[in-house]
Amino acid sequence: MSEARHLEVANVGDVTVVRFVDRKILDEANIQQIGGELYALAEDDSISKLLLNFSNVEFLSSAALGKLITLDKKSKTKGSVLKLSNIKDEIMEVFRITRLDRVFDIYDDETDALNAM
Amino acid sequence: MVNAWIWNWEISIPSRPQAGTDLLEEMIQQLEKRNWLPHDVFGIRLAAEEAIVNAIRHGNQSDADKHVHVSLKMTETRFRLEIRDEGPGFDPTDVPDPTEDDNLEIPSGRGIMLMRNFMSFVEYNETGNCVIMEKERGQGNGDAQDSTQKDTDDEPDPLV
Repeated sequence: MSEARHLEVANVGDVTVVRFVDRKILDEANIQQIGGELYALAEDDSISKLLLNFSNVEFLSSAALGKLITLDKKSKTKGSVLKLSNIKDEIMEVFRITRLDRVFDIYDDETDALNAM
Repeated sequence: MVNAWIWNWEISIPSRPQAGTDLLEEMIQQLEKRNWLPHDVFGIRLAAEEAIVNAIRHGNQSDADKHVHVSLKMTETRFRLEIRDEGPGFDPTDVPDPTEDDNLEIPSGRGIMLMRNFMSFVEYNETGNCVIMEKERGQGNGDAQDSTQKDTDDEPDPLV
């Protein structure tokens, strides 16, 4: 796996917890790189439970949503678990408007998400 | 003078990624300087970001010889954006609804829906290469306090 530059990755038990370094997931180059780093985790055979913690993220665009959707598909194909947590209110509104809150398994905080893994 | 433009800015940017970054930062600074609510600033930023990306990628096909023309205007109570590309235009009604069950897992096509939800008004010109959006200022603790800093004297068009 290539070195992650936009993600902080830690293991909590058998769960791989990912935090985003960038507060704004915006420009195309960044989104491509973040997508690549996430896909590498999703395709890593040693990882079966992935939790994305959005606590650092203040802004994201629809292009970033696209990467998350592709990540979700890759996780489902592999049979691994993907959950999201700590999404700020305004970004949660973006998920609700696009009905992606029904696609993703979203929790208020990391502890709740880990307990549900 | 609630209907007078208190700030406006017109600029053309090249069709390359990140070309709109400085423009968006300046726009946010102007909104925050006049105490617009964080939720309004978030929505305007998101709408502007989505529209500029659409203009560069879909309108101008990322052709470096083409530009995106942006006009930003603000009164005490509303913010207006016009974003025009140099492409042939499109019919926004042809864009599939991304919230339909069959489209939920398609990774693209959500920008226009977000623009319509976060802005008070969104309209395309007849050609379909220019989007006009307005945001009515939300109510809360962000009342304007600096009506003396008027950069321009021209009167705004009536709200459509």
